[in-house]
Amino acid sequence: MSLYAFTGALETGLAFALVALGAYLTFRVLDFPDLTVEGSFPLGAAVAAKLMVSGVDAWTATIVAGLTGCLAGFATAFLNLKLRILHILAGILTAIALYSVNLRIMDRPNIGLINMTTVYTPFEKLGVPSLYAPMVLLLIVVIVAKIAVDLFLGTGFGLAMRAAGANPRMAQANGIQVGRMIVVGLAIANGLTALSGALFAQMLGAADVSMGIGVIVVALAAVIGGTALMPSRLIPLLTLSCVLGSILYRIALALALSSDAIGLTASDVNVVTAVLVAVALWVPVRKSSLLRRAGGAK
Amino acid sequence: MIGVENLGVTFNKGTALENRALHGVNLTIAAGEFVTVIGSNGAGKSTLLNLLAGEIAPSTGRIFMNGTDVTSWPVHRRSAILARMFQDPRAGICEDMSIIENIAIAAARTAPRGFRFAITDDIRRAAVERLTMLGLGLEKRLHDRVALLSGGQRQAMALIMATLGTTKVLLLDEHTAALDPAAAELVMNLTREVVQKFGITTVMVTHSMRQALDFGSRTIMLHQGQIILDIAGAERASLTVEQLVRMFRRKEGSDISDDQLLLA
Repeated sequence: MSLYAFTGALETGLAFALVALGAYLTFRVLDFPDLTVEGSFPLGAAVAAKLMVSGVDAWTATIVAGLTGCLAGFATAFLNLKLRILHILAGILTAIALYSVNLRIMDRPNIGLINMTTVYTPFEKLGVPSLYAPMVLLLIVVIVAKIAVDLFLGTGFGLAMRAAGANPRMAQANGIQVGRMIVVGLAIANGLTALSGALFAQMLGAADVSMGIGVIVVALAAVIGGTALMPSRLIPLLTLSCVLGSILYRIALALALSSDAIGLTASDVNVVTAVLVAVALWVPVRKSSLLRRAGGAK
Repeated sequence: MIGVENLGVTFNKGTALENRALHGVNLTIAAGEFVTVIGSNGAGKSTLLNLLAGEIAPSTGRIFMNGTDVTSWPVHRRSAILARMFQDPRAGICEDMSIIENIAIAAARTAPRGFRFAITDDIRRAAVERLTMLGLGLEKRLHDRVALLSGGQRQAMALIMATLGTTKVLLLDEHTAALDPAAAELVMNLTREVVQKFGITTVMVTHSMRQALDFGSRTIMLHQGQIILDIAGAERASLTVEQLVRMFRRKEGSDISDDQLLLA
């Protein structure tokens, strides 16, 4: 693998680490498999790109993009809580609607951002080689987001959110409004996802309406793969394993695709991802069934 | 403390499965009273408890607690006044969280939850103090996952969680039925101790006639959705388990003969 491919994998892994942190909140903490991310990721990219080509500065555009992601989360929460639509289906509906919304926002299928002043530009001016500039900024953003999620989950509100996901009946009996926790959790997760979309588009040099395809699987690969490699029950270690899972996933993918011996091409990305996620889901199952067998032999 | 007026609930109204689970129930429970509730399967015991907790809405009647009409209050709102314990030792706690985290969740039941850290020195001190009352050594295992505890230990812990804050009412839904006899005895004795110590108004549903008479200060028997027996004081004190069982059987028996008449 070339240095260029390696840094590319690292950057992309860092950008998607934000989606992974969001997926940790929904999929693991709230036990709510949220497919909204397939729409909120390109939504973040679209909003940021549109604002930037309209003359808004890159940071403002990126932050506004993140906030629109929160709205996408609200929409899914509304469908699930008020209209009583199954959680997976509620996310799919929001994501499919966002496809059209994103086309409306951009007025066309994609917006190029080459030669624009992005959030990464100041780092290049500081003398960071342009190859590493995105990595430095993304690393800072991911560390801040990770610590923020850790701190949030340690507050009274965060603990209530964990209880709402782990045992909704117990949570209610202890005065927790489970619905409110889902609303807030989905808003945070999709906000992080849209932020990731905005940062990714600026790194890539374009926002594209189809860039959301497969985001959920990538996020799950990071969360499930990361926590399978580094099982823990401490929140700071779990969020760390999601971040590392996101990076390792990209590196594994780059390795698989760059190895001529295997003969895989870029078009095989999805099947490689599916296999990686399936293996990561299977490992803990196998481990526990082995343990049970060992226990039974005693 | 608890007032129930003309309370009734009908499940599947207007269908072939229509079931009047409870009807015309009037009940006043004074502050600090410990009421045990008995009745056969389907008599309406759990329905009464679920109505008090707010898990189901009544078809008729009103529920008052602490002088306030709480009939339309959802579960999470009522939890500021009441705590409940379930039959399943897994239902009342979060298994994958630690003892201290569970206690922090319960401690916030009667107070608002904010964006301050949930586990403070105050919570830790309160947890150690109350867990020590149990005599199970749980105060030394604050960071252990609850999944590692036995059923009896979990129910004992849930009992402690139920007494935190300004809890006025405790609802117990056969909370020892899933435990082995020794653990059930331990949890029942702790229940008596804790309820007395904190002066909490308690309603306990039980299948055991012995428990119904040995614990608490008043016993009510439900049958086909109505209160058919309500005893306290000297009358209750002189009642033996055998007499209570006979009364219970007589009610059951009368139904059977009624059914036979209907079938004939």
